[in-house]
Amino acid sequence: MARAISPRRKWTITVVAWLLGLAIFFPILWTVLTSFKTEGEAIASPPSLVAFDWTLANYFEVQARSNYFKYVGNSIVIAVGSTLLGLLIAIPAAWAMAFSPTKRTKDVLMWMLSTKMLPPVGVLVPIYLIFRDTGLLDSRIGLIGVLTMINLPIIVWMLYTYFREIPGEILEAARMDGASLAKEIVYVLTPMALPGIASTMLLNIILAWNEAFWTLNLTASSAAPLTAFIAAYSSPEGLFWAKLSAASTLAIAPILIMGWFSQRQLIRGLTFGAVK
Amino acid sequence: MRLKALLLGTSFLAVSGLTAGAETLTIATVNNGDMIRMQKLTDDFKAKNPDIDLEWVTLEENVLRQRVTTDIATKGGQYDVLTIGTYEVPIWAKQDWLLPLENLGEDYDVDDLLPPIRAGLSYEDKLYAAPFYGESSMVMYRTDLFEEAGLEMPEAPTWEFVADAARKITDKDNEIYGICLRGKAGWGENMAFLTATANSFGARWFDENWQPQFDQPQWKETLDFYVNLMKDAGPPGASSNGFNENLALFQSGKCGMWIDATVAASFVTDPEESTVADKVGFALAPDNGLGKRGNWLWAWSLAIPAGTQKAEAAEKFIAWATGKDYLELVAEKEGWANVPPGTRTSLYENPEYAKIPFAEMTINSINTADPNNPTVDPVPYVGVQFVAIPEFQGLGTAVGQQFSAALAGQVTVDQALQSAQQLTQREMMKSGYIK
Repeated sequence: MARAISPRRKWTITVVAWLLGLAIFFPILWTVLTSFKTEGEAIASPPSLVAFDWTLANYFEVQARSNYFKYVGNSIVIAVGSTLLGLLIAIPAAWAMAFSPTKRTKDVLMWMLSTKMLPPVGVLVPIYLIFRDTGLLDSRIGLIGVLTMINLPIIVWMLYTYFREIPGEILEAARMDGASLAKEIVYVLTPMALPGIASTMLLNIILAWNEAFWTLNLTASSAAPLTAFIAAYSSPEGLFWAKLSAASTLAIAPILIMGWFSQRQLIRGLTFGAVK
Repeated sequence: MRLKALLLGTSFLAVSGLTAGAETLTIATVNNGDMIRMQKLTDDFKAKNPDIDLEWVTLEENVLRQRVTTDIATKGGQYDVLTIGTYEVPIWAKQDWLLPLENLGEDYDVDDLLPPIRAGLSYEDKLYAAPFYGESSMVMYRTDLFEEAGLEMPEAPTWEFVADAARKITDKDNEIYGICLRGKAGWGENMAFLTATANSFGARWFDENWQPQFDQPQWKETLDFYVNLMKDAGPPGASSNGFNENLALFQSGKCGMWIDATVAASFVTDPEESTVADKVGFALAPDNGLGKRGNWLWAWSLAIPAGTQKAEAAEKFIAWATGKDYLELVAEKEGWANVPPGTRTSLYENPEYAKIPFAEMTINSINTADPNNPTVDPVPYVGVQFVAIPEFQGLGTAVGQQFSAALAGQVTVDQALQSAQQLTQREMMKSGYIK
């Protein structure tokens, strides 16, 4: 029997949850609000929350100065491309580690994760030289490759955790019925692990979308994604917060909308296997 | 049908021929008002050079510096024209990272460039970057507040006068602060201001043997003066204020004086942005009677990286963007107040431009800065508000953090100077300047 929760306790939990939610969302809310202010109001002290002259001028200015859709296009191609390529490599890798573990599997997993421990700037020059010599600088293909490599350890780890929750007997039964390895992965494993794969995919798209070190350093103009679009609006001499906020709002809008629509899927995937 | 196909084919060939002939220049730049204006005016360049297309990469200053440094050091060839400052030019030219600008055309008139700016952008007597706009620093002050306090700002004030006036004007109850100065840590933020100020107090970063000088009394005098003045007459939280924060404070009428870049003059006198547009006066940066004023020298400039394949087209673009005709073009389209300042003598001889309230003070400020001879006592380095060595970015920021902490009251002036001395000594030994 479930424990009865007193109405007072329920109220407290609701209020705390709302406050926590608002606190987490506040930077985004503030960015959106600032994008509708004038430059003077954006930096005014004390700042006003909603009682200011709302203006769309910053959005018009940003639109007039940069080709937003070019940057969005690049962001989508790079984020989705690197995620799909990453999944293609990670699903078989995680399958092998989850269902045919050896005594070194844990070490391999840790070794993969250790590549995330090096600060990216440490390998900037070697990667830059490789990109220069292979003609990959300022290309979307080059960025897809780099972002795939960077996020691969996380994808493998996540998928490994999900796959471990699937009973090996089901796969054995499929094998008994004569399923080949490829069929086993495609028709049995993948559908069962779909919530996990979906949430891994969504998380990876978000990570790739927000990645700012490599996307800024390896692009110039033609492959520059939204991170470069935002970086263009900071100014050393002259007020820029309102325009920068407008650019940031435009940059996060697509991924925010995608996040809202796939919220249910994302949460289901992230808590998949948490309760047995 | 055949004729149609033939026509279509011919026109396709013609179009592809045209595209193949066009060269695209990739220009890396920062997001400053004058640069944005240039991007809007490039139709003029394209009309004169139909075979050259322009692609702009605008980045935040520090991102741009890092990005461009990586590219240029690895000869990546991503950019054909770079926007850099007077700090980078001598260092990069020495490394052979930049091409000398030797074919800017007959009409360019190199001798018209302001001598201190030209000196700052040359290495071994060759020009390696062309100035797009130049700046020094000066005092901007509120004429109405000075009048109320019965004060009169001299054209060339002393630090003593500035400090007295700042304390008299301050009215903290009404959020009026006598002086707003940079406090945010960074080699281009508080250290630009403090290094230039220290020059006028007789201090210097290094002696002729590259020994750090933060243990000398002149630095203590500089920092004591700055911290005490800001405590008495500065705005709250000044240790996180940079150019933009002070600009906002001054524009909203909260500063009696502001000593900063001369380009700020066009912002604070713009009635659309500033509430005090018609109440601003200008004066030279202060001094202590030692022969050096506390003003700096900087020029955002255009240069060509050694890795480019399109040097000829790049030089054409630079000649257009930094030439005399461009100044006329901006004046015609946007008015004289918006012309990029501080690059050419002829601009300051133009009677139309002389009507701009800050024109005279800008040129006088630039002309009193000498990057080759910046301090009272001799130094082994070039640069007024910086030391033109590759280590300075890191060093300047580390020392700037100490000084910012002293302003915030987290450490004493003596502690900040001691740490600055130690860390500079360590870095200079590591880099082989001293043993």
